[in-house]
Amino acid sequence: MLDDFFTRALIAGIGVALTAGPLGCFIVWRRMAYFGDTMAHSALLGVALAFLFEINLMAGVFLVAVLVSIALLLLQRRNALSTDALLGILSHSTLALGLVMVAFMSWVRVDLMGFLFGDILAVSRLDIAFVYGGGALVLALVAWLWRPLLAATVNEELAQAEGMAPGRSRFAFMLLMALVIAISMKIVGILLITSLLIIPAATARRFSATPEQMAVIASLIGAVAVTGGLFGSLRFDTPSGPSIVVAALALFLLSLLPYAGLLKRSQPATEGIDR
Amino acid sequence: MLEKNQDAPRDILVSLKGAGVFRGGRWLVRNVDFDIRQGEIVTLIGPNGSGKSTTARTAIGIVRPDEGGVTRKPGLKVGYVPQKLAIDWTLPLTVERLMTLTGPQPPAAIAEALEAVGAAHLARAEVQALSGGEFQRALLARAIVRNPDLLVLDEPVQGVDFSGEVALYDLIRQIRDRTRCGILLISHDLHVVMADTDTVICLNGHVCCRGTPESVVASPAYRKLFGARAAETLAIYRHHHDHTHMADGRVLHEDGTVTDHCHPRDGHHHDHGHDDHDHKGHAHGHAGDGDAR
Repeated sequence: MLDDFFTRALIAGIGVALTAGPLGCFIVWRRMAYFGDTMAHSALLGVALAFLFEINLMAGVFLVAVLVSIALLLLQRRNALSTDALLGILSHSTLALGLVMVAFMSWVRVDLMGFLFGDILAVSRLDIAFVYGGGALVLALVAWLWRPLLAATVNEELAQAEGMAPGRSRFAFMLLMALVIAISMKIVGILLITSLLIIPAATARRFSATPEQMAVIASLIGAVAVTGGLFGSLRFDTPSGPSIVVAALALFLLSLLPYAGLLKRSQPATEGIDR
Repeated sequence: MLEKNQDAPRDILVSLKGAGVFRGGRWLVRNVDFDIRQGEIVTLIGPNGSGKSTTARTAIGIVRPDEGGVTRKPGLKVGYVPQKLAIDWTLPLTVERLMTLTGPQPPAAIAEALEAVGAAHLARAEVQALSGGEFQRALLARAIVRNPDLLVLDEPVQGVDFSGEVALYDLIRQIRDRTRCGILLISHDLHVVMADTDTVICLNGHVCCRGTPESVVASPAYRKLFGARAAETLAIYRHHHDHTHMADGRVLHEDGTVTDHCHPRDGHHHDHGHDDHDHKGHAHGHAGDGDAR
């Protein structure tokens, strides 16, 4: 079954979506969309460095994403520029550095479009192993860190006052983000990874009553978007990443339709009668 | 909740010794000394920017002091109600779920805590849909459900109307009586302080004065102004800052003069020590500028 490139892409894509769901929720809750974007953009620099030093692509991407987030933390401490401006600098300069480096390395043939927008043809069995191995690791860590992460998301000072270590949670969260970016790069592409994190989470919000529900629903919505997007990509010969994002957008727009609101509003009403 | 033996020697939960916090090129607070003991209510009052929140955050370890020291009882369990807590709309959070934010709790304990603050009917409501007063109650319930050794309440009555305020202060007293936890209360409301406060500490960048509210309540001037009814639940503890500490350490007085130090006669510089001091001596100051609520 894994001989078919499309089946491989589908399996890997669903794995990525399931992993991205809970993490995407945290990005939405913590208002870190731009931060996610910055880490994702730095992935191209990771790709270039991986080619240069002949190491595993995912390892290169992971390392550079971690370095970029550490750089951001250090720069933030200097209080010289707003986080927004720092993210803008890091995001685009790492992307540009990656593009320039790839152009210099004339000895490697790099399918730039594949890295930027995803390439379903490129998914190998090894990639699937990485997606599921890395994904299982990410989900296990998120489950383990769930309470401190959520408490720090609500209020860092409260979490700290009540014996949690919000600084550690934040760092762990960054590592998890870097891992997800590394494993999802081939499927969705560097430029669109953040949308696979954010759009399913935003869609899930309307159907969730607790943070835990939202995480699970975001994973499921992501999986549906990947499936729909990949079939569309095959059918219309479009790049896989954009197709998945378009499918996710369609689901998001569907969730905005009034019936979803009616469904939600009818719940508190019946509870009110019970009281 | 656990009953703690009232006759046992009262442990010191937190002790600040000469604590000071320096941020952004200035001292937010300096030379703060106080202890909070088990079963004791300590109230910090002072105008905006006087360092009340900074002091409380230093006491519970959110802020590290730049001078002096803070010692906490090992394993101290804190319940914290921060001054500001904005929960993003994108986070679906019911009051019930809020209760287990920093630790798992049995459903019975959650129900009991919500009942205690009169918010049992809100258990399934989303926190973003609560009114200011309801949210404060939910936050208080969340802090007490942990059965903490020390409860830190940063302006818990904000957004609560007057009768709600009285009820909330009553509730805080009940919590103390029942659980024997220490309570650190912050209020910017200079004239309304809980009658059950053991020590009132007035901050204005430093400890201006401290004393028991009882001494204030007992004063004839106080009773004349607010009546015996208010005295049953609330203590009035208002004073007039007749001098301001400037950034360079000099003192600006009400009459416009500047000196290097406070005058001995200046308001609330009678005692910088640890002991409670009698406020009857200058009770006339409270009568003159108090505005009745």
